[in-house]
Amino acid sequence: MKIKQVSIFLENTPGHLEKACKALADGGINIQTITIAETKDYGIVRTVVDKPEEAVEILKNAGMVAKIVDVLAIEVDDTPGALLAILNKTAEAGVNIEYMYALTHPFKDKPVMVMAFKDVDAAEKIFK
Amino acid sequence: MTHNWNDKNGAFHPISAMDFLPREELRRIQSQRLKELVKLAYENVPLHRSRMNELGVTPSDIRGIDDISKLPFTQKSDLRDTYPYGLFAVDMGEVIRLHASSGTTGKPIVVGYTEDDMEVWETSVMRCLLMFGVQRGDLLQNCFGYGLFTGGMGLHGGAQRLGCTVIPASGGNTERQLMIMRDFGSTAVSCTPSYFIHMIEEAKKYDVDMKSLPLKFGIFGAEPWSEHMREYIEANTNVRAFDIYGLSEIAGPGVGGECLEHNGIHIFEDNFYPEIVDPETGEPLPDGEEGELVITTLAKRAMPILRYRTHDITSIMSEKCACGRTVRRIRRIGRRSDDMFIIRGVNVFPSQIEVALMRVEECTPHYHIILEREKDLDTVTVEVEVNDDCYIDSIAQMDALRKKIQTSISNITGIRMTVKIVEPNSIPRSEGKAKRVIDKRKI
Repeated sequence: MKIKQVSIFLENTPGHLEKACKALADGGINIQTITIAETKDYGIVRTVVDKPEEAVEILKNAGMVAKIVDVLAIEVDDTPGALLAILNKTAEAGVNIEYMYALTHPFKDKPVMVMAFKDVDAAEKIFK
Repeated sequence: MTHNWNDKNGAFHPISAMDFLPREELRRIQSQRLKELVKLAYENVPLHRSRMNELGVTPSDIRGIDDISKLPFTQKSDLRDTYPYGLFAVDMGEVIRLHASSGTTGKPIVVGYTEDDMEVWETSVMRCLLMFGVQRGDLLQNCFGYGLFTGGMGLHGGAQRLGCTVIPASGGNTERQLMIMRDFGSTAVSCTPSYFIHMIEEAKKYDVDMKSLPLKFGIFGAEPWSEHMREYIEANTNVRAFDIYGLSEIAGPGVGGECLEHNGIHIFEDNFYPEIVDPETGEPLPDGEEGELVITTLAKRAMPILRYRTHDITSIMSEKCACGRTVRRIRRIGRRSDDMFIIRGVNVFPSQIEVALMRVEECTPHYHIILEREKDLDTVTVEVEVNDDCYIDSIAQMDALRKKIQTSISNITGIRMTVKIVEPNSIPRSEGKAKRVIDKRKI
């Protein structure tokens, strides 16, 4: 399933993540999951929230750079080899996973992985 | 006297005669030309007329070159404010060439030339080349950018008029430049000194032995450079490095250049009259004293410029030069009255960083430069703001952007700088001209 992730550019210095989260909290946005990819100078914060468009507006108004990125949310059985089965499909199709992380609020009771691709629509077809 | 300005047959080149006029004769020509210039500017350019009126000066008050200090100054902002043709003094039908240079605030400035102006410009370039010892038969690889920038076409025109074989290589693509240099057998090269240093460094990578090339003359300009850079260039190649001075507002390259003495830049003052003024008060300073260089175009018609403030800090050397030329020299430009900085012996202008950033499409115009000193080594960090257009949700691509900026900066300045991408609005905005350089070094 295609979902909207919010991607935020932040400097890798104390207080910057707090500033972003405060803006979201003040705006009544609920964070469902959040992850950070960091470099020495900056980080890219990726988050799944209940109202992504509103979240981007709030962050922009607070002077930050944020954008919506379409990603895939894929249910994974809680059994050995379940993730492997998914990776088999992407490898076979020659599609590269840019990054992935787990969703803390599963849709039903199965774990859900969030995966990013260069061409999300092409990737979605693999799982249909 | 040496005979390096001779042409191939060993005869004195008549074009250089103006370099050697007796001073009184030169002053007579300057006075005559100034009177004509002022009349042309007053009668045809509203800005010059109103400025002169404000000062209560009329063309009849200008009776000779000594009266030049009665005239109003022209600033770079005047060229921008009258964009594009507001300072032109002739009908467009007489203008045969336009050039433009990028300004730091977005709008370019436009300069125009009549047929006679082109002759003035190109013969000035010729006089420079003859002074360096470049002759008919030399192969000049001209790596100044062709196009709106005056560097490429200016050098080209003068060298071609002299009878050189001109290779219009233009800027960039260092690997190809080196191939041309080796395969075509270029004997002279013209570019910014920092770009030539970049070529020297790249030559090692492409296995080109700079010392085995027939390259003899390096014609370097369009940015200030140090004796340090000259030493580096001359130690790593067989090139003799010459400084060529010029600025688009006045003509382009060829306003002046170094003779074989390498002791100051001769200004072709029959065409371009130099003065030194106090950069704060604008008061004229005597020869020998340091101040801001001001130039008046004595022989240009399309766009006569009265007392242009160059922001270059130098002094006029009026002592007789050992080469025999009577046209006065200025000391090589060491600093600016604006915010140029020197890093590891190399002069860098914030405007160069700006040009480098502009070459990276995705880049924002908001940046600043931080200078620091770590263990006796100067470091430069360029901070560039991220914006919605350039932000990509990928560390790899953000890092590629950072590297692209870094390469662009090192191509222009010859210096590898640390580039940091920072959050929007994290760089302080200022009213008027932005303060681009933050110098934290304790020297």
